[in-house]
Amino acid sequence: MKPGKTTPEQPAGNSPIKVQKLPVRILGRILTLIASILDYLFDPLQRVIGVKRMAYIFLLPNLLIFGIFVLLPMGMNFYYSMTGGTELYLQDRQFVGLENFETIFDCENYLDPNSCNEDLFWRAMYNTAFFVLFQVGGIILFAMITALVLNQRIKGRAFFRSVFFYPVLLSPVVVALTWKWMLQREGILNAIITYFGGEKLPFLLNPSWATFWVIFVSIWAQMGFHTLILLAGLQSIPTELYEAGAIDGTNRWQAFRHITLPLWMPNLFVVLVLALIRAVQVFDQVFVLTAGGPGTATLYMVQYIYNVGFANQPPQRGLAAAASLIMGGILLVLTLIQLRIGRETEAT
Amino acid sequence: MNLGNIDKFLTRTRGRGRLDTVDILTYLYLFAGAILMFGPVLWVMMSSFKTQAALIEFPPKFLPYVQQTVKVEGHDDPLPIFRVALDDGTERTLAQVRRVGIEAQMVDPTNPTEIIKVPIDQREAIRKVALAWNNYLEPLERFNFLTYLKNSVIVTTVATLITLAINSMAAFALSKYEFRGRDAIFVLIIATLLIPISVVMVPVFLVIAQIGWVNNLWGVIIPGAATPTGVFLLRQYMLTIPDELIDAARIDGASEWRIYWQIILPLAAPAIAVLAIFSVMWRWNDFLWPLIVLSRTEVFTLQVGLNSFQGDLQIQWHFVLAMTVLTLLPITIVFAFLQRFITTGIASTGMKG
Repeated sequence: MKPGKTTPEQPAGNSPIKVQKLPVRILGRILTLIASILDYLFDPLQRVIGVKRMAYIFLLPNLLIFGIFVLLPMGMNFYYSMTGGTELYLQDRQFVGLENFETIFDCENYLDPNSCNEDLFWRAMYNTAFFVLFQVGGIILFAMITALVLNQRIKGRAFFRSVFFYPVLLSPVVVALTWKWMLQREGILNAIITYFGGEKLPFLLNPSWATFWVIFVSIWAQMGFHTLILLAGLQSIPTELYEAGAIDGTNRWQAFRHITLPLWMPNLFVVLVLALIRAVQVFDQVFVLTAGGPGTATLYMVQYIYNVGFANQPPQRGLAAAASLIMGGILLVLTLIQLRIGRETEAT
Repeated sequence: MNLGNIDKFLTRTRGRGRLDTVDILTYLYLFAGAILMFGPVLWVMMSSFKTQAALIEFPPKFLPYVQQTVKVEGHDDPLPIFRVALDDGTERTLAQVRRVGIEAQMVDPTNPTEIIKVPIDQREAIRKVALAWNNYLEPLERFNFLTYLKNSVIVTTVATLITLAINSMAAFALSKYEFRGRDAIFVLIIATLLIPISVVMVPVFLVIAQIGWVNNLWGVIIPGAATPTGVFLLRQYMLTIPDELIDAARIDGASEWRIYWQIILPLAAPAIAVLAIFSVMWRWNDFLWPLIVLSRTEVFTLQVGLNSFQGDLQIQWHFVLAMTVLTLLPITIVFAFLQRFITTGIASTGMKG
C-alpha cells in the first residue's frame, strides 16, 4: 500500500483499518483519549522548546528503555563478570578481577572438557559448536531445496508455502512438547518402528539420539522462516535470464549452477548468518525437550548461563556474566563478518 | 473441489503437458513435507482428546477411543462392557465386575446375579470414538491455567501496545526530523540488535530486582519493549511518507504531536500492522525471560506454566497435551486468517518469526 493512496478518502484521526468489533472500538476510543490528553501536555511544551527539539521528546521513551534495559546492563555485565560471591546487588559483591575468566579458562587441554576446572562450560561450548554446525547446515540444505521446489510453477504454492512456515509460529515450548510426545518410549514413532518389526528406541534417553532429535526438531521449527527469505530471493531473479539461457540450450543443472546460484548468493548469505546467530543462542526448545540431558549431551551455552546464574543453588552470577560475555563476543564476531561480507556483496 | 479437479490438480505440470520426473519428485517432496510439518501437531490434537487409559496404550490408535460402560443393578459405578467368546462357541456381551489375575468375573447386564468367569484373552473391549473433554475442562479448575492465560493475554496486549507506541514515536523522530545526534542514535539502536537477552540476562535481572519487578508482569513487559527491529521497520516505512504533508499540517497550525498522531500513524498503518503481528507472536511465545523473572505460579505466563506441568517425573500427558493444544490454537487461528500477510511481511522485512 502506498501511503499517498489512503489520504484522500481517510479523514484525519481515523485509522485506515475499518474496525467494527466493539472491544476494538472501545480500545480505539481510549487510545484517542490518551492521545488528546497528551496533546494538551505537549502543546505548551512545544512552544517552550521549539519544533525541532520535540524530536527528543518522541525519542525519549524508547531511548529510556534502551538505556536502562539494554545499554546499562551491557556495561554492568563487564563489571559483574569481575565480581564473585552469591549476592545479587552490585554493591554487595566482591571485586575479584579476572578470577571468573581464569576459572573458565583453567584447562590442561582445551579440547578435552574433562581436564577443565569448569568442565560444564566447555561441554556446553563444544555441544553448541556441534549443534550450530549441523543445525545451520540442515537448515540451509532443506530451506534451499524447499525454496527451489516452491519456486516451481505449481498449483497450491501459497498453501504449501504456509505449510512449511507453520511450525515457525509455534512457541518453542509447544514445539518441544509436541515432539516429546512423538518421541517418548510409547510414542507414535516407536509404534511405527515396531510395526515394521523394529525394536523400540530410547530416543531421548540415549545421548546420540537426543542430540540428533534436538537438532532435527530445531530444523523442523525454524526452516520455514529461512525458506521464505530464500524464496523471496529466488523470485527476484529476472526470468529473462532463464529464457536467454534456454535459447542458448542450457539444461536445468547448468541454469541452476550459472544463473540461479550466483544471483542467490547474497540471499543465502543473509540466511546463513541469521541462522548462525540464532543457533548459537539455542535454548528454549532444548530446555523443554531434554533439559540438557541425558547427562550433559544437549547442554548448550545459554542453558549453561541460565543454570549457573539462576537455576543452580547458590547461583554463581559472576561466572554466568563472564560466560555470557564470551558468548556475546562470539555473536559480535559473527555479526561483523556479516556486515563485512554484506558490504562487499552490496558493492559488487 | 470435485474429483476431476483433484485429478487435474495432482497431474498438473509446469506447463509442458506431461508429468516428468522433476514434477513427480516435486509433488512427493511437497506432500511428504506437508505430512512432516502438520503431522506432529495433528497427532497432538488427536491425542489431546484421548483418555488417560487410551494414551498409555501401545501401539496407539489414531482416533480417541473410550471403553463403553453400562449401568448394572447392584453396582455403584458403571461397568466396562466386553464382547466375550464363550467356550461353547457363542458370543455374548458382558460387563466386567472385577479382574482377578488372568481371569475376569463378568455378568450379563440383564441378569446381574449370575457371575460368569472368563479368561481375559477371550474378551474384547467394546469401544467407541469419543472425545475426552475432561482433559480440557479439568485443568481449568485444578491448575492455574486460566491465570496463566490471563497473564499471557495481559503481557501480549500491553507489551504490543507499548512497543507500537514508543517504536513509532522513535521512528517518527528518526525519519522526519533533522537534529544533532540523529544518526548516532539510529546506529546505536540498530547496534543493540547485537545484544540479545541471553547475553545480558544476569545484569537485566539485577535491574529488574532493583526496581522491584521480580515476579511482576511489568518485569516481563518492559525490558523487551524498545525493539530495534520495530524502530528500523517503522523508520524505513515512514521515510516514504512525503514531507510535504507534514509541512502543510504545520502551516495549518497542527502541533507536532497531532502530526504524529493524526497524519503519520494512520499513514504508517501497514507497517504498524506488520510490527503488531510480530510483537504478538514474540510475546505470546516468549519463554526464557519470563522463566527468569517469574518464579511464583500466580504470575506465570502460559509458556512458563506449560513448561512447569511437564517438569514432573510423571508427566500427566492427558492434561499437558490438552493445554498444549489450547496454547497453539490462537496462533494457529491467526495464521489461518493472516497467513499471506504474515509470509509476505516476513519475506519483505526479513524479521525473525
